[in-house]
Amino acid sequence: MTPRQRRWLFAIAAAGLVACYLWAFSGLPGFGNYPGPYGQAILNHAIAQTNATGVVSAINFEYRGFDTVGEEFILFTAAAGMSVVLRRLRGERQGGTPSAEDAANRQVPATSSAVRVVSLLLVGPTAVIGWWLATHAQANPSGGFQGGVILATAFFLVYLSGEFIVFRRLSPVALLDAAEAVGAGGFAAVGVTALAMSLPYLYNYLPLGTIPGAVSSSGTIALISFLVGIEVAAAFVLIIGELLEQTLLRREESS
Amino acid sequence: MTPNVVMDVLQVTALVLVAAGATLVVRTRDRVRLVLVLSAYGMLLAILFFAFQAPDVALSELTVGAIALPLILLLAIAKVRKPAKMRKQ
Repeated sequence: MTPRQRRWLFAIAAAGLVACYLWAFSGLPGFGNYPGPYGQAILNHAIAQTNATGVVSAINFEYRGFDTVGEEFILFTAAAGMSVVLRRLRGERQGGTPSAEDAANRQVPATSSAVRVVSLLLVGPTAVIGWWLATHAQANPSGGFQGGVILATAFFLVYLSGEFIVFRRLSPVALLDAAEAVGAGGFAAVGVTALAMSLPYLYNYLPLGTIPGAVSSSGTIALISFLVGIEVAAAFVLIIGELLEQTLLRREESS
Repeated sequence: MTPNVVMDVLQVTALVLVAAGATLVVRTRDRVRLVLVLSAYGMLLAILFFAFQAPDVALSELTVGAIALPLILLLAIAKVRKPAKMRKQ
């Protein structure tokens, strides 16, 4: 195909795309107009039904809870797959104990003291914000997922402010595996418990509390958000830790 | 200025910034710089979602787009890079 033909093909395809795009846009509802019936129905009943003022969390962890279980296990599977693919293979050795020649020639820019100090200062506040987000899903726009990722960054700040060894000592793989399993399994178990009580899967069987939006309100929504927070934090620390370890590993020269 | 006008200005500004940011992401060639630009773009997207009254989505975008994805990409780049000893001082 000559460049000229290719340009023509592109022009025709692009024109078709533009036409379809404009056609599709002309059929969209007006800006900010939501024609579906569910939004209003949820808004009318969610707070009365769940005592959660964080209605998005109520949808994620109760109305669409089954959907969220699936999403939960996507991350779980991703972390598990990562651990399997990046496990230490024969022919690889720890970068922490390089040969003398390697060590002499290695040029790693030293972490500046500014980075170390700022990272160290941020560890505490980051951990607090992460926990706060994971435990206040029922009250505010937040949730276990966001809280978990932010909680995991607290561990990466430890790595930035110190050494990989410290990071690993604070987050041993066995503990991460256990936390991830407890988080993901706990979510599913909350649903199965409802089944055992001959209620629908993930039915909110815990007391809802009396004050809407209080930390103690909303029953299983708060509990599930907390479990999701643990699972996500563990999964992310596991994934990043695994990658960090990989960058420290050097494939042995196959001579 | 009524709150509505403020909101409109905020939303249009956010949209323009996101369009500019996306263009910048596509135009960046250097990989490490690309990751940093991508992280900033995630931040812009979070602001966009916030301006359109979706704070939950904004938080998710902030954590995934501005933190998790750039971090994983940076580590992957560090991994596939040639070892330091292959570069001459």
